[in-house]
Amino acid sequence: MSLAFAGICSHGPGITQRAALADPGQLATLHAQFARMRIALEAARPDALVIITGEHFANFFMDNMPAYAMGMADYYDGPIEDEAWLQIAGARVPGNPELSLRMIRTIMQDVDLAYCQEWKFDHGIMVPLHFLTPDYRLPVIPVNINCQGPPLTPLPRSWAFGQALRCACDAVPERIAVIGTGGISHWPCTPDAENINVEWDREFLARWARNDREALLSYTDEDTYRDGGQGGFEIRNFIAVAAAAGGRGDVWHYEPMPIFSIGCTVAVMDTQPGAPYRGPA
Amino acid sequence: MSLYYLQKLLYDANRDRALRARFLSDIDSVLPAYDLSEEERRAFRDRDIGLLYVLGVNGQLLMHISAHWGMDHIAYRAALRAGVQRHGPVRAGLYAMTTEA
Repeated sequence: MSLAFAGICSHGPGITQRAALADPGQLATLHAQFARMRIALEAARPDALVIITGEHFANFFMDNMPAYAMGMADYYDGPIEDEAWLQIAGARVPGNPELSLRMIRTIMQDVDLAYCQEWKFDHGIMVPLHFLTPDYRLPVIPVNINCQGPPLTPLPRSWAFGQALRCACDAVPERIAVIGTGGISHWPCTPDAENINVEWDREFLARWARNDREALLSYTDEDTYRDGGQGGFEIRNFIAVAAAAGGRGDVWHYEPMPIFSIGCTVAVMDTQPGAPYRGPA
Repeated sequence: MSLYYLQKLLYDANRDRALRARFLSDIDSVLPAYDLSEEERRAFRDRDIGLLYVLGVNGQLLMHISAHWGMDHIAYRAALRAGVQRHGPVRAGLYAMTTEA
């Protein structure tokens, strides 16, 4: 049918791992916004969820690092992390390899990407799914954009990938949801993990919400590393969603939570070019 | 400098439960398969996460292994900071500290 839903959200492992240490009021607000996204996602009646993440060396390493990869498996197991550490129980998430194949063939007309018949989900996918599809019944098709091991794909290529993904959504009869996950500024796994550049985050989200292609693609990796940390390279995932959706975004939630090492984000975007967000069709 | 293999061992141990069991119980049985310097082997034997950080290991790989070494996020970050104080600034990679040691 087409693209039935588009959004972005945080995926930091602290959201589940360190939940007990967070301010209860902030945590409740974040959970309510994830629930709001879950309800909107369900209302869109998707047949599959394409989830775009920047994974963290769970499946891909510097011996053979694709810039873009897409799952084509029957199922996906996660989390790869220690379950007690992440506070998410192990699960088998259904895929749809036949749908993956059709979408990958269309995307390959414009963007070269690797396909994967095996993929172990890490927190970049498991944390969002934990909130958005907690029964793990909706088939998921994972996408990885390499945000970890330089050289990284240039931002205009992330945009091109998002456009190609939209063509793939438009070419299949199924209703497809697309969610990009990641952080904006963050310095995860370092002694500076409580840093958050709130001003930089808000500026990025403003550009994302008005779907300002030129402004979104104007960041250099040097700027991002300085202002947003190495975690900031994950803006690629959010940029791809903006290109796929085409409409304007609505930022439902942004709140810096240093205990989680991120500014927690939940946002949705309309799927019609230039249109303000109107909710599920 | 064999940062690639230093990180490869952590990547492999993260994915392969049998290898991880040996990594945790008998590190010397694992190390010969990886092209490592003596300093790098020592970092694994001593579970010196601060030294691994200074050597440039990607933080995501470090965080995973710290969980298996029984460290919470506070102990983990303290160990990184102590590593920089003891061994000097991070020598490679993207995960360098931005604050003072």
